[in-house]
Amino acid sequence: MRRAVAAVSGAIFGLGLMISGMTDTTKVQGWLDFLGDWDPTLAFVLGGAILPMAVAWALAGRLGAPAFDTRFPAPPDPQLDRQLAIGSILFGMGWGLAGLCPGPSLASLSWGGWGGALFLIAMVAGMLAAPPVARRLLAV
Amino acid sequence: MIADYWMGLAGGLMIGIAASILLLGNGRIMGASGILGSVVDGSARGRDRTEKLWFMGGLIGAPALAILIFGPGETHLTGNISVIIAAGLLVGLGTRLANGCTSGHGVCGISRLSPRGIVATLWYLLAGAVTVYLFRHIMGLI
Repeated sequence: MRRAVAAVSGAIFGLGLMISGMTDTTKVQGWLDFLGDWDPTLAFVLGGAILPMAVAWALAGRLGAPAFDTRFPAPPDPQLDRQLAIGSILFGMGWGLAGLCPGPSLASLSWGGWGGALFLIAMVAGMLAAPPVARRLLAV
Repeated sequence: MIADYWMGLAGGLMIGIAASILLLGNGRIMGASGILGSVVDGSARGRDRTEKLWFMGGLIGAPALAILIFGPGETHLTGNISVIIAAGLLVGLGTRLANGCTSGHGVCGISRLSPRGIVATLWYLLAGAVTVYLFRHIMGLI
């Protein structure tokens, strides 16, 4: 059952990314182009996504346990650190450069052509490079 | 343009519903970078890894089926190989260092007012905006 839940969640996520325009790099870069021809669509996407999820978190607080597991994730960690800021800045730079983030790069894999596949390969390489980079960051 | 906003809202609601299903069903946070990252680096094992692969199967497979019916959309990704590789490396490295991306920090984090989710989102939005400004309006590369 947990596998089915995961697959259904992934499927709805992928279709939502596709319908919302998140897989279209011009819409993402248009959203980030605040000083140019700004496209506010992504505010609707993020707002639309946060709404049901806020309800889900509230429900989780009342339910005590998920349907197919014994407990919900731990409360959010209030600790802010340098690694969070540096990582998010690097991610934002890449997001701006290509207009793709991890979810949409997977969702658009079937029609994204060689460029989309190359992006995914480079992204996986970056992910594998993260642990040694993190050790250096913590050592500085 | 207005139709785009409605599509954005509809797709956004679907993204939020997908995240709600994973949370209320399996007790997991729907973070694309964490799911892919932990599968490729081997930190997800056993049942957890299997479930993440099923999630990725849905994420890749459902849009693949949709384009069979409706025809492929456009990603409009740049053809500049150096830009694609640099962007991919930055997204992969950055999201794993920050422990989250647009779905994990943005959608799942902000919706429960997680300080890390909110701060991460502000940083990647700012960095993305500065990058688009520099590379589009100053250098004319993207």
